[in-house]
Amino acid sequence: MTSISEDSDKEKVRSVSVDLNNDASLVIDIPDALCERDKVKFTVHTKTTLSSFQKPEFSVPRQHEEFIWLHDTIVETEEYAGLIIPPAPPKPDFEGPREKMHKLGEGESSMTKEEYAKMKQELEAEYLAVFKKTVQVHEVFLQRLSSHPIFRKDRNFQIFLEYDQDLSVRRKNAKEMFGGFFKNMVKSADEVLISGVKEVDEFFEQEKTFLLDYSSKIKDASAKAEKMTRSHKNVADDYNHISGALNSTAADNNTAFKKTISVCVLQKLEDRVASDQELKLTELLRYYTRDIQAAKDLLYRRARALADNENSNKALDKARLKGKDIAQAEENQKQCLQKFDKLSESGKKELTSFKARRVVAFRKNLIEMTELEIKHAKVRRLKCCVFSFKRN
Amino acid sequence: MAASSERSPPPFPDSEEPELLEDSDEGADAFTGTSISEMDSPSPDSTKPPKDIFNEPLEDIFSDPLSNVNSEPQKKVDTKIPSPSSDEAVDLFSDPLDDDSEVVSSPEVQNPMPDLLNEPVQAPKSDVLGEPPVHKNAARQQDIFEDPPKGSSKSSSVKKAASAELFSDEDEEDLFKELPKVVTKKPQPSGPPVDVFTEVKSDVKVKPQVKDDPTDLFAEEALTAPAPKPSASSSSSRTNGVHSEEHDLFSEATVELSLDSPRNDRKKKDAVKPSVSAPVAPVASSSSKAPSKTLEELEEEESEDTFDLNISVTNPEKVGDGMNAYMAYKVSTQTSLTMFRSKTFTVRRRFSDFLGLYEKLSEKHLQNGYIVPPPPEKSILGMTKVKVGKEDPSSAEFVERRRAALERYLQRVVSHPSLLQDPDVREFLEKEELPRAVSTQALSGAGFLKMLNKATDAVSKMTIKMNEQDVWFDEKIQDVENEEQHMRKLHVMVESLVNHRKELSGNTAVFAKSVAMLGSSEDNTALSRALSQLAEVEDRIEQLHQEQAANDFFTFSELLADYIRLLGAVKGCFDQRMKAWQRWQDAENMLQKKREVEAKLLWANKPDKLQQAKDEIAEWEAKVTQYEREFERISATVRKEVIRFDKEKARDFKRQIIKYLESLLNSQQQLIKYWEAFLPEAKAIA
Repeated sequence: MTSISEDSDKEKVRSVSVDLNNDASLVIDIPDALCERDKVKFTVHTKTTLSSFQKPEFSVPRQHEEFIWLHDTIVETEEYAGLIIPPAPPKPDFEGPREKMHKLGEGESSMTKEEYAKMKQELEAEYLAVFKKTVQVHEVFLQRLSSHPIFRKDRNFQIFLEYDQDLSVRRKNAKEMFGGFFKNMVKSADEVLISGVKEVDEFFEQEKTFLLDYSSKIKDASAKAEKMTRSHKNVADDYNHISGALNSTAADNNTAFKKTISVCVLQKLEDRVASDQELKLTELLRYYTRDIQAAKDLLYRRARALADNENSNKALDKARLKGKDIAQAEENQKQCLQKFDKLSESGKKELTSFKARRVVAFRKNLIEMTELEIKHAKVRRLKCCVFSFKRN
Repeated sequence: MAASSERSPPPFPDSEEPELLEDSDEGADAFTGTSISEMDSPSPDSTKPPKDIFNEPLEDIFSDPLSNVNSEPQKKVDTKIPSPSSDEAVDLFSDPLDDDSEVVSSPEVQNPMPDLLNEPVQAPKSDVLGEPPVHKNAARQQDIFEDPPKGSSKSSSVKKAASAELFSDEDEEDLFKELPKVVTKKPQPSGPPVDVFTEVKSDVKVKPQVKDDPTDLFAEEALTAPAPKPSASSSSSRTNGVHSEEHDLFSEATVELSLDSPRNDRKKKDAVKPSVSAPVAPVASSSSKAPSKTLEELEEEESEDTFDLNISVTNPEKVGDGMNAYMAYKVSTQTSLTMFRSKTFTVRRRFSDFLGLYEKLSEKHLQNGYIVPPPPEKSILGMTKVKVGKEDPSSAEFVERRRAALERYLQRVVSHPSLLQDPDVREFLEKEELPRAVSTQALSGAGFLKMLNKATDAVSKMTIKMNEQDVWFDEKIQDVENEEQHMRKLHVMVESLVNHRKELSGNTAVFAKSVAMLGSSEDNTALSRALSQLAEVEDRIEQLHQEQAANDFFTFSELLADYIRLLGAVKGCFDQRMKAWQRWQDAENMLQKKREVEAKLLWANKPDKLQQAKDEIAEWEAKVTQYEREFERISATVRKEVIRFDKEKARDFKRQIIKYLESLLNSQQQLIKYWEAFLPEAKAIA
């Protein structure tokens, strides 16, 4: 369909939601992406000084499915159970703009040429915005992995970055999909089950209640923010239409009123506000919705380990009571305890850093958003001034 | 002399000076047009008061800024005034109270011109100085008028001065804060001068204009100022008192200018310059036409005069219960026109009365080619809601919307010079009880007849193929057609903007709530605070959106709706003209036939019938000429009406759009404030 390549403006939108420690030893970015039909091909570019890579600089083409694969393998790796795994990027969704584009094509005959051109331009802008956003979330995912001291050493990650052939990951087939679904079911049932297990560490208890609460709230907020930006966009669209109509009205009667254009500029600004709001606030909230989900997963894994630990304790007790297999049970219990301790420790670290990261990200984005709002409002005010002045 | 001008304090704060400067071009323009006519009638004797009065206000209004901006020219002019009068002027200034009597008794009846010119100088002066109390001045005025030879022109100028004083007293303080109050106060103080005025049998043409133009000036000021205070901008919309004051304060200048022409020329140049340098000449566009004053222009001004009639529709009140309930509105009128019995009066009218008024007016005037402003549409749904429902917001909104629409409707009616003269209008405004308008009910017999009529009209409209001779009409009809289409489109879009904005406001509110929740569960205190602050900000923004939506609706959407209706009325006028043309053509055809019959008879040699045929021809010839004349008359009227309508429309749109932009401006301002207040909060997160 459309293929858009953009390499000019990637740096501006970089890292909206995460503040990454800029470590020069492994720098990843997606300078370019190609959109063909449903598939988006990202060019993943890596620059590194690490010895584990063969070359200091390379780029490989990757698809969205490969990102998902990477995420899944990391999730499945046992060692990472105590870490907050960066949330996988959401599937690129170009349906909205595409549909609109289609509609526009249908309605071409009923519109004037100018209107059509304008609408098209707008849609393209919207499309581009969605595209950019998609690229960005993928980039952020990789960057978070690369900035993490443990994930950056992950073998699969390095393969993902380096291997310049197709990774030949296929989409999940129906069985796997069902399996995934089943796993989710089990997990949520398990969550309910182990929620009865007595928490030994107060920190985690607190964290858990907080995260549960927070995740529902942030989910809510992000949904509402989305709604808000959408209606903001509607308003912007209306401005657009009005400016068009005003233009044609004024073109027809040159004598009476010459009031055009003003509103059309307003529309552009309103549009910008909407998209900025979306970028800054909604994205932030959305990202953290996912991030919190990841943190919740971590807690789940820990709780799972805790439950295992307890079970093993019980088993040991039983074995002792019965007087057989004590050694094995002891071994088992020890392992469980170890695992649990390790999990707890890294989980604690991860959660603390997560908190700090969240606060920093919120701060950064809120400030940016506020500044943008002020800027836009000022510009709009100025425009109003100018136009009402001209009107006289 | 010099002392006096120095003494006069600047009537306005400095901040307004740029604006005044800018407007001065207008003064000059208007001046060139009007002063000439003034010169033409050097002796403003009472035989032609209307003209003088008419000219003067114009000058006054426009010239004000000149004198105000710098008092220097004034000084110079003063010294150049012909000696006898200049002496007097000096006197006048030094002692305002005495001078009046002096003027009255001065033996300058034979030479009224200088006298006349002096007087405005002196009167406003004292005014500016604020020395003589208001009432004294008014009394003095009366004196002046008892002296007949002084002429009406003089009286008019003095009257202005007086009214200026009346206002300047209160306005000095109230200027920006209490405009509405000033407006309401206005009629009372202006009472005496108006009376005086009517004595002289001249129309009150002064004020309306004053009112109108300054509104623009003001609006402009609000906008040109880089950061207009909200209060100032809000003042721009109405405020009559302020304006009349404004103009009065300055009324001296032009009169003086007309005294000696070289000075005047110089000034003109001065005045024109700013207009050139200014990127957009504001109101000047209308006034720049003044030099070549056309009949239309005059007419327009005349029509503006009627604004002295101030109508407001207030206090909607539900009367009765159930389906028989109706809303009654209070129609209050404030006027100084003599045609009304008193200056203020109030009647209660229901919606069908308004419709009835329209029916009566359109019956009488539409056929003559007048554009009769249409009332707001009936809304069975909305009204039923009001009737049945209790106090729910949507019906309250409906009532408010209708109230505003009715008010605008009445204002449009009375601003039409010929409609104002209609006895039905007067009756509607004045009479306590009005016979119930039955024909307005949709389901009545009359309603049915109306529908039938409309249908036949539509059919005949389609059948009549008029070949338009007049290019102007041809273009205009096309224009109106296009315009209506555009307006409709625009209206739909604005409506959707209103709806979307309301939606946005609702969503913002919901978002604010959920951010507040998020903030409450956030464990980082700074972030939690910031989030709750954000919630508050969003809450306020929601309010802002809501207000803006109301603004969208009332200033923009309703305006468009009104004009869609008005354009329909304009089209009605065109149809009337077409009908007249059709009548004429039919008569023409008939005459042709009769002639043919005559020729046949002549050929057949039947003298007895020939006489009859000849009579018939004569009869039809008369008819043809009559219809032709009628058609020409209606064409002329329609033309005039459409021109008037266009002007009014441009003005209306300008005013409303400016108002709308101001409201946008305001809300942006607020937005900036809110976000700026939030910024430190966001930065405080650590």
